[in-house]
Amino acid sequence: MSFTIFKLCYGDIPDQNAGAAETKQQAPVNEWPLWEVFIRSKQGLDHKHAGSLHAADAAMAIENARDVYTRRQEGVSIWVVESKYITASNPDEAGELYEPAVDKIYRHPTFYQLPDEVNHM
Amino acid sequence: MAVTDFEQAFREKIDNEIKIEPKDWMPDAYRKTNIRQISQHAHSEIVGMLPEGNWISRAPSLKRKAILLAKVQDEGGHGLYLYSAAETLGTSRDEMIADLHSGKAKYSSIFNYPSLTWADMGAIGWLVDGAAILNQVMLCRTSYGPYARAMVRICKEESFHQRQGFETLLVLSRGSAEQKAMCQDAINRWWWPSLMMFGPKDSESTNSDQSMKWKIKRKTNDELRQQFVDMIAEQIKVLGMTLPDADLKWNATRNHYDFGEINWEEFWNVVKGNGPCNIQRLNARRKAHDEGQWVRDAALAYAEKKRAREQKEAAA
Repeated sequence: MSFTIFKLCYGDIPDQNAGAAETKQQAPVNEWPLWEVFIRSKQGLDHKHAGSLHAADAAMAIENARDVYTRRQEGVSIWVVESKYITASNPDEAGELYEPAVDKIYRHPTFYQLPDEVNHM
Repeated sequence: MAVTDFEQAFREKIDNEIKIEPKDWMPDAYRKTNIRQISQHAHSEIVGMLPEGNWISRAPSLKRKAILLAKVQDEGGHGLYLYSAAETLGTSRDEMIADLHSGKAKYSSIFNYPSLTWADMGAIGWLVDGAAILNQVMLCRTSYGPYARAMVRICKEESFHQRQGFETLLVLSRGSAEQKAMCQDAINRWWWPSLMMFGPKDSESTNSDQSMKWKIKRKTNDELRQQFVDMIAEQIKVLGMTLPDADLKWNATRNHYDFGEINWEEFWNVVKGNGPCNIQRLNARRKAHDEGQWVRDAALAYAEKKRAREQKEAAA
């Protein structure tokens, strides 16, 4: 599968029009590790994934997260975890993974037909 | 699953407005297009800090200085959201920065124009951020999940940028004769480059529009540009200023403003590196990066030392 995209979009100037020399790809030598940031927007709510950032250590990750993700008081608490420690499910196996829940409609309250006299159950 | 099945599943997601997420299968070209577009978008935010940074120390009042600082800090933040989004596609921050500094990766050409007067801060906010917002609002619905989420965050913050820009010009437009002239001059210089921000005309596209089919982009360059002209042509009346285009006039049959031809030669020249400030902008970025190297190294060394000490203490 190979095709070239010629459509020129805002913020998307294709390489062939850029008029610059090709450069060798530079492997990340000393990149600060990547961290995932989770923010509690107010007391009583869960921490929610906000995005990621680079930092040398956890303390710096929290300070950077404050500057990057809470400039307008979006949070009251921040969690950071190095991205490499996150294990994620494989979307290609989603079918098998969630299959056990598919045919268990009796887990939902609407499965049960009750007489109208039984209010608020 | 065979590759064709994966492609079919991908196609169905796009058709059904289901976002593509980092670990999902996607065609190589989709990945590459997104990496290129998101990283160029990120570079634009970062380089975009330069023309305005130029005026932080010369802002006319403490209030204006604080506002400008907050705005430039936002641009830095927007760059970071976008770099992170691009990284989910398998590229690294170092690679993207290296591509920017080598001139391989592009950023929005608008930032290769100089900011000559204080009124430029207003014109940039109103026109440049205004043009960017139209594009970014559209990108909130882009098909790649992390890009769309970054755009939602950015759009929330961006409207302050445009409003403060317009207000800066509004104050000038009600000021002395010199201030009014400065206001008009800034509009004259930024108008055409702002129109160029939307990119080449739709008719220039030689292939089928893959970015539209993949729903990376939801509106064409010309649609967005027209939307921008219609909006600005009305707003400028409030300023009592004019746009530097003799062909600009309302077309009742189209229900849009007609406008003059863009100087495409200038557009491509600036894209290819021959704009007024291309060299300065890249040099400023490289200098900042190179001079920050010892800080990055020191932070890593310190983190390493701290980790070693903690391990030793835990073992003892």
